[in-house]
Amino acid sequence: MFLINCPYCGERDQSEFSNGGEAHVKRPENPDSISDKEWAEYVFVRSNPKGIFYERWVHSHGCRKWFNAVRNTSTDEILKIYKLDEKPPSLDEFKHTLQTPSGEPELGSGNFTVKK
Amino acid sequence: MKKKYSIFNIIKNTLSKNENWQKMWRSPEPKKSYEVIIVGGGGHGLGTAYYLAKEHGIKNIAVIEKGWLGSGNTGRNTTIIRSNYLWNESAFLYDHSLKIWENLSSELNYNVMFSQRGVMNLAHNEHDIKEMRRRISANRLNGLDSRWIDTNEIKKLVPIMNTDNLRYPVLGAAFQPRGGVARHDAVAWGFAMRADEMGVDIIQNCEVKKIKTENGKVLGVETSKGFINSEKVGVVASGHTSVLAATAGIRLPLQSRPLQALVSEPIKPVINTVVMSNAVHAYVSQSDKGELVIGAGTDGYNSFTQRGGYDVIEETVRAIVELYPIFGKMKMLRQWGGIVDICPDASPIISKCDVKGLYFNCGWGTGGFKATPGSANVFAHTIANDKPHKINAAFSLDRFVTGRLVDEHGAAAVAH
Repeated sequence: MFLINCPYCGERDQSEFSNGGEAHVKRPENPDSISDKEWAEYVFVRSNPKGIFYERWVHSHGCRKWFNAVRNTSTDEILKIYKLDEKPPSLDEFKHTLQTPSGEPELGSGNFTVKK
Repeated sequence: MKKKYSIFNIIKNTLSKNENWQKMWRSPEPKKSYEVIIVGGGGHGLGTAYYLAKEHGIKNIAVIEKGWLGSGNTGRNTTIIRSNYLWNESAFLYDHSLKIWENLSSELNYNVMFSQRGVMNLAHNEHDIKEMRRRISANRLNGLDSRWIDTNEIKKLVPIMNTDNLRYPVLGAAFQPRGGVARHDAVAWGFAMRADEMGVDIIQNCEVKKIKTENGKVLGVETSKGFINSEKVGVVASGHTSVLAATAGIRLPLQSRPLQALVSEPIKPVINTVVMSNAVHAYVSQSDKGELVIGAGTDGYNSFTQRGGYDVIEETVRAIVELYPIFGKMKMLRQWGGIVDICPDASPIISKCDVKGLYFNCGWGTGGFKATPGSANVFAHTIANDKPHKINAAFSLDRFVTGRLVDEHGAAAVAH
């Protein structure tokens, strides 16, 4: 639960929005010639990082418009929001808060069992 | 199997203020190499080590856990056990587990407090009734003890339930009497203790940072206590499985989301079965301590924050209060979230992968606890023989390429 700054309506509660999963997933360009394995990758497999994640949101209970966001999934902090036709920001723009792949950030995590 | 607990033991330790209990398992430093490394010290991981040692004669095993044993989803679930899944593949897998549950306390000589108090899935509309009757029929063909019960019988079993004076009236339920609950920590502890006795090294507070591979083969794992060699690595890390897989360059069809649960203040016994409702999203049972154990839903976005959104609890509590008006003024004591890894078909993955010696047991989503011993048992078989047991053959990674999915969104109880 957090606030999302809709680029069209302003800051609203997350419960007004629906998540559309990973952003910038490209449909294969040559659907006739790719293998079942490549299709499986496109249909079923999505990135699931702990940390910086590019994703889509739609303001379902507001303007109903789609937009993209960059969020840190280990803290739920939204790092950037940009419209669909804007260029995605590069990974280097953001500070990665995790020391190790499965580690916990200093702030913003509900997990105290492995927090050092 | 050594006997660790007796009445004399309890008296003796009471006299010394319970300060001298022997440890249930050793805490060894990791060796340089092992025959098998299990990543993840929850019930599934510890159980895998236990069955590898017991049934497959592999004793040189390490279980590596980044926190303490059972600190992940093993200690966070609502402990519901049942096997009334729709498809044959799932029914075999979950019932394999249920059958092990039925004898687990005596097998481990450790009380996992398995209580077959029955599990009820409520129907609130015409569609629910049709879907549940279909599932009951499928269950019965697979020899499961599923049956349809009407509102009168529900009222007899759970007198405090409000069945008719609510927006979505209760029209009946699918009931599995063999289902129930167990003590979740005890499962991890029991498996850990017996695995340790057979020589398995349980290494806590040690994080696996990288799965090292070379030329399509596993070499071992890089941990916070140094590199450990092994030709076989089994990853059973629930929500963090895809993070670990990514360190070996493998992408899995998993999405990690917080799933919440909460418990109330303890009260006298009022509900002696497990009641689940998919349609209004409320499920509740009462623990032996008297707390109501309530399961909420998953957040609608990927996250590793282990707490979850408040709106998700509101939705569940709203339904609970409508179904059980007498709970209206109860206080909730604790709330938490666990990170579950959800598969596109709401079924698990227990499988080999393209990298030789690397195995995954993941994708249990919102309902892995019930499968703990069965999953561990078939996963141990898969690792030991480098090929799946016939029960988990259908749950391979290949199914996303062939399209033979095991779609259990209907039976998975929590809406994904």
